Amino acid sequence: MASVTLSEAEKVYIVHGVQEDLRVDGRGCEDYRCVEVETDVVSNTSGSARVKLGHTDILVGVKAEMGTPKLEKPNEGYLEFFVDCSASATPEFEGRGGDDLGTEIANTLYRIFNNKSSVDLKTLCISPREHCWVLYVDVLLLECGGNLFDAISIAVKAALFNTRVRVLEDEEGSKDIELSDDPYDCIRLSVENVPCIVTLCKIGYRHVVDATLQEEACSLASLLVSVTSKGVVTCMRKVGKGSLDPESIFEMMETGKRVGKVLHASLQSVVHKEESLGPKRQKVGFLG
Amino acid sequence: MAMEMRLPVARKPLSERLGRDTKKHLVVPGDTITTDTGFMRGHGTYMGEEKLIASVAGSVERVNKLICVKALKTRYIGEVGDIVVGRITEVQQKRWKVETNSRLDSVLLLSSMNLPGGELRRRSAEDELAMRGFLQEGDLISAEVQAVFSDGAVSLHTRSLKYGKDVDLSCPARTRHGFAPSSTHLLTYPEAHISQLGQGVLVQVSPSLVKRQKTHFHDLPCGASVILGNNGFIWIYPTPEHKEEEAGGFIANLEPVSLADREVISRLRNCIISLVTQRMMLYDTSILYCYEASLPHQIKDILKPEIMEEIVMETRQRLLEQEG
Repeated sequence: MASVTLSEAEKVYIVHGVQEDLRVDGRGCEDYRCVEVETDVVSNTSGSARVKLGHTDILVGVKAEMGTPKLEKPNEGYLEFFVDCSASATPEFEGRGGDDLGTEIANTLYRIFNNKSSVDLKTLCISPREHCWVLYVDVLLLECGGNLFDAISIAVKAALFNTRVRVLEDEEGSKDIELSDDPYDCIRLSVENVPCIVTLCKIGYRHVVDATLQEEACSLASLLVSVTSKGVVTCMRKVGKGSLDPESIFEMMETGKRVGKVLHASLQSVVHKEESLGPKRQKVGFLG
Repeated sequence: MAMEMRLPVARKPLSERLGRDTKKHLVVPGDTITTDTGFMRGHGTYMGEEKLIASVAGSVERVNKLICVKALKTRYIGEVGDIVVGRITEVQQKRWKVETNSRLDSVLLLSSMNLPGGELRRRSAEDELAMRGFLQEGDLISAEVQAVFSDGAVSLHTRSLKYGKDVDLSCPARTRHGFAPSSTHLLTYPEAHISQLGQGVLVQVSPSLVKRQKTHFHDLPCGASVILGNNGFIWIYPTPEHKEEEAGGFIANLEPVSLADREVISRLRNCIISLVTQRMMLYDTSILYCYEASLPHQIKDILKPEIMEEIVMETRQRLLEQEG
């Protein structure tokens, strides 16, 4: 993970500030930085999204390809995640430096989607035991400014919302599969139950949401909580070399659920607003 | 708790400042500046095909017969006498390597450093071994540029502001006022300005946005102090109650800062970031006006794009009124 070195006095300042609920940039412990979300930024994907959270910049592209279903789940398609920590995010990711972080994030994404209700995989099935849609979700880290997991999960949810998979018709009995005639005939995934990750960093005796790189340097332990829009926790993971005692884990989980619900509500309203603007929407993209 | 998500908005080109008569001549690398061969070429230009061509992206400056291009965004280029704020990256044999946002790490020699207690003596082998006790990796210091090496690396020294001149302890030939080294006890004269920085907030901006002024240490009337490093590192810290005369200042004050001071510091930090985003020069007056313009808003709202624009517009107006 990208890190900054801080002097002891700076760390003390940050820790005392968190105790008094006034962080360095004036936020409270449960406030997020301003988030910018834009979907449909990459034209040759089935769905894409770009999320900017402070200095953190994430780009997600979803490509749908035909594949064979897994043996134990013949009626469903599946998702494959790949995270690329590009060297332009921070010099530490040069060469193979970003691979560890990339696999860690990809494994976390697999875990949070590894349940029946996150995404309805049956809609991705074309013909049982033979063909299904495989959604390859590629995450690209453009800039690293703290709180990677949250930003990535928001971007993945927005990209899945934006994903349009072509409808295929297969005639009964024959093995032929044809595209439907209407080019705009698409399956849209329901992302209502897709969870988002809320990272809670323990700093001093309190915990903060959406930590910057400096705050992450002061925190010894963090809890990643994956929450759905209804406040259901699908997965929880502790990172960091410090320890957390059970009461603080419980408190952090409650905060995570509360913050997660608000996060989902904001994201829903933004992506629906963007969709309602339709093709007239002025695309900002990368050069705006 | 606050959560705001929005759609991105395309950046508007910065409107021309009101009342500007002269337009800046902006060039990109490869642009022809002039075909007149009577000019001397300065930094950022080269001669090619009998034309003067720019090699960096920036604005053209003309002084009599000298043409140079001043880059808009560049790393810090050291000049003797600049005040910089730096972070220690390495502890080497007789010196520290300091990161100052320039092309090479700057160097702080052990001999250029004030010893705790204000002793004046030659640095011994024990001092070398105790270097990490003075400054460790990650510590922040404020220092002055003493010399610039031929490869562009910068040599720093910590300065005594009390006396208004540098205390260059490695050079015994220089006379120093009132320093009578005594061999029996620690000197009790007022200590040199504490160069190791204690609690506060560091903001990193582009060096070209820090205006050159007579002094870079400001005690703002709003209740915090600011060091505007020429290298773009800006240090905001609570104003010390009284000028402490502790030994060397290597023991940082780690007591909790009061909530009122914290609010001032956070507000100043956000104001500086909004000024930088709108490409305004940073100096004590602009920061102060921006602070006053931001008072009606909550601290965390200052970073929202529309409020940032509003505050900086008001600051710009006030500065123009003050000039004209």
